[in-house]
Amino acid sequence: MKWPSSPPLPAADVNTFIEVQEQDFSHAELYRALAHGTQAGAVVTFTGRVRDFVEATPGGQSMWLEHYPAMTEKTLNNIIERARERWPILDVSVVHRIGKLHPGDQIVFVGVSSAHRKAAFAASEFIMDFLKTEAPFWKKEGAHWVDAKASDSQAAADWGNTSITLNNDPATD
Amino acid sequence: MSNSITILYFAGLAEQLGTRAETYTPATEVKTAGDLQAVISQRGGAWAAVGSEQTRIAVNQTLCKASAPVKAGDEVAFFPPVTGG
Repeated sequence: MKWPSSPPLPAADVNTFIEVQEQDFSHAELYRALAHGTQAGAVVTFTGRVRDFVEATPGGQSMWLEHYPAMTEKTLNNIIERARERWPILDVSVVHRIGKLHPGDQIVFVGVSSAHRKAAFAASEFIMDFLKTEAPFWKKEGAHWVDAKASDSQAAADWGNTSITLNNDPATD
Repeated sequence: MSNSITILYFAGLAEQLGTRAETYTPATEVKTAGDLQAVISQRGGAWAAVGSEQTRIAVNQTLCKASAPVKAGDEVAFFPPVTGG
């Protein structure tokens, strides 16, 4: 298990921004909000985009992103808090889109700032790995619901037992 | 004070069942999320999918194990493994 190499920074003046929305987001805008002040020497961002669908779908490639409204922000907040416990990070922004999307569209943004790069890189990967396995969103490509991938649950498990243990996973008990 | 549990279904599971929500008044033997899962899946037909090993459970918007307690007034959701991001 990897622990921060320096003590956590004081909680004052760190921001967490979470948005679940239908409309597209601006990477430039989100980056600008993270890259403010003079404490953050490092800003890491990740953008997830819709690729071409694996299976041919009749009537064109239209993706539907379903979600559990009352649970999404709560879960994303929880994941970010767990990242804050592990790394000395400053601001965190997560934006996830819902509704109708097409190949080439942006789906998700994760941005993390910190004094030094190691924490920002690690925390952003951690947040994405747990977003992929815990955040209540479901993708439908045309008429086909996308299956969850074993590689995603493995990636989350590889961070160590910091996540909520799931009901059907004896390996994490 | 409500004496029922709100049950929500999402994504492919909701499509299989043909429903997205119901209000359920639990019998006293239903003490855990797993108990509720078993009772619902025993309705037969498409409902058996609720009892699948793949089905995830959340109680009051938090992912949980089958052993998590449930009580009247709770919101319980059943859904397939998530695929966001």
